[in-house]
Amino acid sequence: MDNHVLIPHLFRTEYRKLVSVLCRLFGISHIEVAEDIVSDTFLTATETWSLDGVPANPTAWLYTVAKNKTRNQLKRHLLFEQKLAPAVTYETDATDILEIDFSEKHIADSQLAMLFTVCDPAVSTASQIALALNLLCGFGIQEIADAFLTNKEVIYKRINRAKEKLKAAAIKIEQPSLSAIDARLEVVLTTIYLLFSEGYYSTSHHTVLRQEFCAEAMRLCDQLIANRRTATPAVHALMALMCFHASRFDARTGDHGEIILYRDQDDTRWDRALIERGQHYLNTASTGIQVSRYHLEAGIAYWHTQRADTTEKWENILTLYNHLLTIAYSPIAALNRTFALAKVRGKAAAIAEAEKLQLTGNLFYYSLLGNLYTGIDNRQALAYYRAALKAVGTDADREIIQRHITALSSDIQDS
Amino acid sequence: MNEFLIAIHRDLKSKDAKPSPEQMQEAIKPFQDWIGSIAAQNKLVAPPKRWDLGGRVVTSATVTDGPYAEIKESIGGLVLIRAESYDDAVEIAKGCPVLKWGATVEVRMALTAG
Repeated sequence: MDNHVLIPHLFRTEYRKLVSVLCRLFGISHIEVAEDIVSDTFLTATETWSLDGVPANPTAWLYTVAKNKTRNQLKRHLLFEQKLAPAVTYETDATDILEIDFSEKHIADSQLAMLFTVCDPAVSTASQIALALNLLCGFGIQEIADAFLTNKEVIYKRINRAKEKLKAAAIKIEQPSLSAIDARLEVVLTTIYLLFSEGYYSTSHHTVLRQEFCAEAMRLCDQLIANRRTATPAVHALMALMCFHASRFDARTGDHGEIILYRDQDDTRWDRALIERGQHYLNTASTGIQVSRYHLEAGIAYWHTQRADTTEKWENILTLYNHLLTIAYSPIAALNRTFALAKVRGKAAAIAEAEKLQLTGNLFYYSLLGNLYTGIDNRQALAYYRAALKAVGTDADREIIQRHITALSSDIQDS
Repeated sequence: MNEFLIAIHRDLKSKDAKPSPEQMQEAIKPFQDWIGSIAAQNKLVAPPKRWDLGGRVVTSATVTDGPYAEIKESIGGLVLIRAESYDDAVEIAKGCPVLKWGATVEVRMALTAG
């Protein structure tokens, strides 16, 4: 690998590790010092390596340089404090006893601690995700802005607000205790799932970047699985869910970036290895008595990896949605449940149910009714698709709905 | 929106009780669909629990094994929902599949303080 490839690659994999270890060492109030040292380490690497060539073990090189820079920083800091407060005497050089530990275990522990810190409820969800992407996943502000279809300033503000909140709340970066895991794991899982969804459902055209977001969410979940105390059934269920979804990542987009709907996908492009991994995690998740929303969503996603449109498939999906809605209502789950109901009990029964949902103004509500009325009352279907067109937000959605309108219009004219 | 209690009463004591255990078995899927339908309208207050059908009956003098059945029917299920009005709540209650097999459903509105 030459420098132009190697350094960005190392930045992606090592930045977050170095930052996590140093943040944990300095505490949340000095988060910028940690970031500065790590950025400076990479700058030194770029300069030195382009002159002297890449060292035999670039990662070890980075760790050593980061350690030295940290020691220097602490010495300077110490000197400063000693001058300011001459009364304070240090019996030994504090930097000597200070262990800067870049062992694999310590890195893993620090990253887990940082994950729980970033997911502190003091920070708003939008800021949590931006901070997680930046600090835990090593994405640049510009990349995050691209994925969120916004500008750098917005993301910059979000990240700073998150840091200020963490500092103000004086959040300790520590290995979460069992009670902290109990209390906060759910928020951590929500953040990971949102991060995944950001990659999976984003309307940004940066396909590579979006795929990386999904991979990062799965990596964070892997960190939870790797630790015995955080490897709960719900964590395994979320991992299963993400594997099943991610298996269709490639099949969802055509050669020209257009969206391919589930029923039109070429299932030979589904990633079988990921589906199998998902099944493995779902089996592991099926212990204990607790059924989380991730168990139910993973179950639904599992049935979607089965191509054949069997009654069994849709009966199961309907039952899972029924259960999911009782513990976690969302309009999209309500709409998907109604779609499953149509598959099991027929369109007429589903129409009656759909009309009770009253999701006025919701694009997918109108699309669903358009779909259900198609073949039963095409004029009504057309009216609903026209309503959907008014609620549309993206070109991709507009194109799909327009296709239905064109088809229905010609059907009505023919009859 | 108001909160309503939907109490499903059915005969738990008679030998040839209606609905019969077999009928209740048959009602499981329709029952799940009914609950799912309420939840899909975001009108479910809390996930329904399954309650032990025996229970205990407490008076000032005694505690006896339930179910309480001075009348023939006992409580077989409880569901907490949100609805605009009694009319709205009754419309939802009519969807309860156990009705078909002879259960009675009672609808009670939660009163707000004051």
